[in-house]
Amino acid sequence: MDVNSETIARLASTGQRLDGRNVQEYRQPIVIETNISWTAEGSAKVQIGKTVILAGVKLAIEKPYNDTPDEGGIMVNAELLPLSSPEYEPGPPGIKAVELARVIDRGIREAKAIDMKKLCITPGEKAWFMMIDIITINDDGNLFDAAGLAVLAALKSAHFPVVDPETGAIDYKHKTEETLPIIKEPVPVTIYKIGTSLLIDPTREEEDAYDARLTVASDDKGILSALQKGGDAPLTMEEISAMIDLALEKAKFLRKTLNSLVKS
Amino acid sequence: MAYTKRSDGRDLEELRPMEAKAGVIPNADGSAYFKIGNTIAYCAVYGPRELFPRFLQNPKTGIIRCHYSMMPFSGSGERIRPGQNRRAQEISKVMNFALNPVIDLTDFPNAVVDIFVDLPQTDAGTRCAAISAAAIALADAGIPMKDLVSSVAIGQVEGTVVADLNYQEEAYPGVVSDIPVAMTHNTKEITLLQMDGEISKQHLLKALEMAKRATEKVYQVQIKALKEKFVRE
Amino acid sequence: MGLLTKERDIVIPGEALAEGLDFLPGENTYREGEQIYSKVLGLVTVSGHVLKITPLAGPYIPKPGDRIIGKVIDITMSGWRVDTGTAYSALLNVKDATTRFVRKDEDLSKLIAIGDYVVVTIIKVTSQNLIDVSMREPGCSPLPGGRIIKINCQKVPRVIGKQGSMISLIKQKTGCEITVGQNGLIGIKGTPAGELTAVRAIRIIEEKAHQDGLTDKIQQFLEQK
Repeated sequence: MDVNSETIARLASTGQRLDGRNVQEYRQPIVIETNISWTAEGSAKVQIGKTVILAGVKLAIEKPYNDTPDEGGIMVNAELLPLSSPEYEPGPPGIKAVELARVIDRGIREAKAIDMKKLCITPGEKAWFMMIDIITINDDGNLFDAAGLAVLAALKSAHFPVVDPETGAIDYKHKTEETLPIIKEPVPVTIYKIGTSLLIDPTREEEDAYDARLTVASDDKGILSALQKGGDAPLTMEEISAMIDLALEKAKFLRKTLNSLVKS
Repeated sequence: MAYTKRSDGRDLEELRPMEAKAGVIPNADGSAYFKIGNTIAYCAVYGPRELFPRFLQNPKTGIIRCHYSMMPFSGSGERIRPGQNRRAQEISKVMNFALNPVIDLTDFPNAVVDIFVDLPQTDAGTRCAAISAAAIALADAGIPMKDLVSSVAIGQVEGTVVADLNYQEEAYPGVVSDIPVAMTHNTKEITLLQMDGEISKQHLLKALEMAKRATEKVYQVQIKALKEKFVRE
Repeated sequence: MGLLTKERDIVIPGEALAEGLDFLPGENTYREGEQIYSKVLGLVTVSGHVLKITPLAGPYIPKPGDRIIGKVIDITMSGWRVDTGTAYSALLNVKDATTRFVRKDEDLSKLIAIGDYVVVTIIKVTSQNLIDVSMREPGCSPLPGGRIIKINCQKVPRVIGKQGSMISLIKQKTGCEITVGQNGLIGIKGTPAGELTAVRAIRIIEEKAHQDGLTDKIQQFLEQK
């Protein structure tokens, strides 16, 4: 809505928002629930305000890639379901879904969040591959942060399925006690720029009014593992510096929320 | 060997535990969550809205369009490749047939009501869960309907007619038939009927009789979900 | 025989409302044989011998005389195309937009631009839901800034209240200009705090539209502010 975009921009210039929140405030409640799908090896549902997103992890045994014969693999896919918003249509993932999946993928892959070597079964022949699907149930904005949390929670809750020692076949009906070798938990936080103000956790309406955004995935030591700038407006060095500071601070908050709701 | 004891200990006519909720997806005009056993369906209804491409428009009435889809991690085996496949297309089509008889969109010529069902986990009976969820979501969206449609599968395992097969029963080694049925509540008319496996006509008619009683149990869960949304404080 | 439900009961589509011929089917109901059934999810109203259902949700059906809020989405040779938030867009003809003389070659986007919101009255609806609207009726104009929210159109009567009592209360307590479109779009303009309070009050009404004593609840909510 164009009228609302104007109002959002006007309010942002004085640090205010349509819904009365502070510019640096997440919507409440943030709810994280794991094991929401018994058919997935790991799964989670994350709710931030009215945004609801699911993530599911399926594990499969595949041949390792030639350049990393002693490592497992990761694949991230996102489906922006037409169920979740009147703006989405049936069909193969559009550019918005592809960008979301790739940013989340990079955050985990580049941080070496999972010990890929431990996923190898027989070098050059067999290794575990993690196939992660992000599914929107209700899109009311800030899919990057919600998806980041959902994927981490799903990975943390995942258990390997039973493998028949004779045939090597996977019995997906039964899970072992063994969990994924998670080393780090990189949390993506997206900072939005509207006018000269920086804000976090936009609603869908606020997303329509933004000028630029920067997604920053970082681990608990403050090391960055993925960046993605979006939006048509450019950013200055000073702005990027301020956005990273804010992202690091908010990542701490999200990590605390995640760890209080999902036990390793 | 006669099938007298069900794998999960249920009585022959007993359905798996059900749970339903209306209005779970705020963006949608109407929505529902429907769970039966380990099968879960989310449904969202959008519309009536403008229908494109234009050649699909019907100037005499609005139409419905069902979209059934399993989430990639919802199958009991390997990951399912997302996107349309022939099975999902066929189920979407029979969902249309199952729901159409009760829907009245004559006030909305040329428009469409889109019905999306996505399942995060499955264990047999997904199309029935999808239809039962869709009926709740359509009512929640305020779409004019003559009646509610309720759906459940009836099966026959080694000559024994049972309600609401689970996955183990579907895969039972022996003569098994799976008969998804949807019925209108007031007139007990059948709006979905499919069958795979083998069955005699006599057993089929017995199964359809059982379907009347079984869909009534689904109906009670649907009506509760719709009314609970408006419980007075 | 007789009524199977009572006044203000919540019923679902296909639910039997009355049996026998003592009652007549009104809005959103139908008769089949001896029974009268509901056609929508809603509240039962018994007025004399007529049964009708007030829907709790559902699409907006355009009616002549309704004042609605729409968004200009295109400019044609003779006027503007307006999105009504339904499956059907409306046409606002130049002659129905302004009293002043508009030259044949004038740039219409200078009068009303694409993306603008307008408060218009429906003057004609065809069987195919082609809609003509006018901005020359009372209370019609381009919408000033502020914010726009959407509620389900079935809740509009409660937001307005009896003789406009509810909306007057909200306007008075929040100091906002508020325009309620019958299609469920509501324009609100005031101070940021006033707008927010108005939105919250309207959301409460939307959520509790089926309940009694709503005016008291809203009064209480607004007093707290």
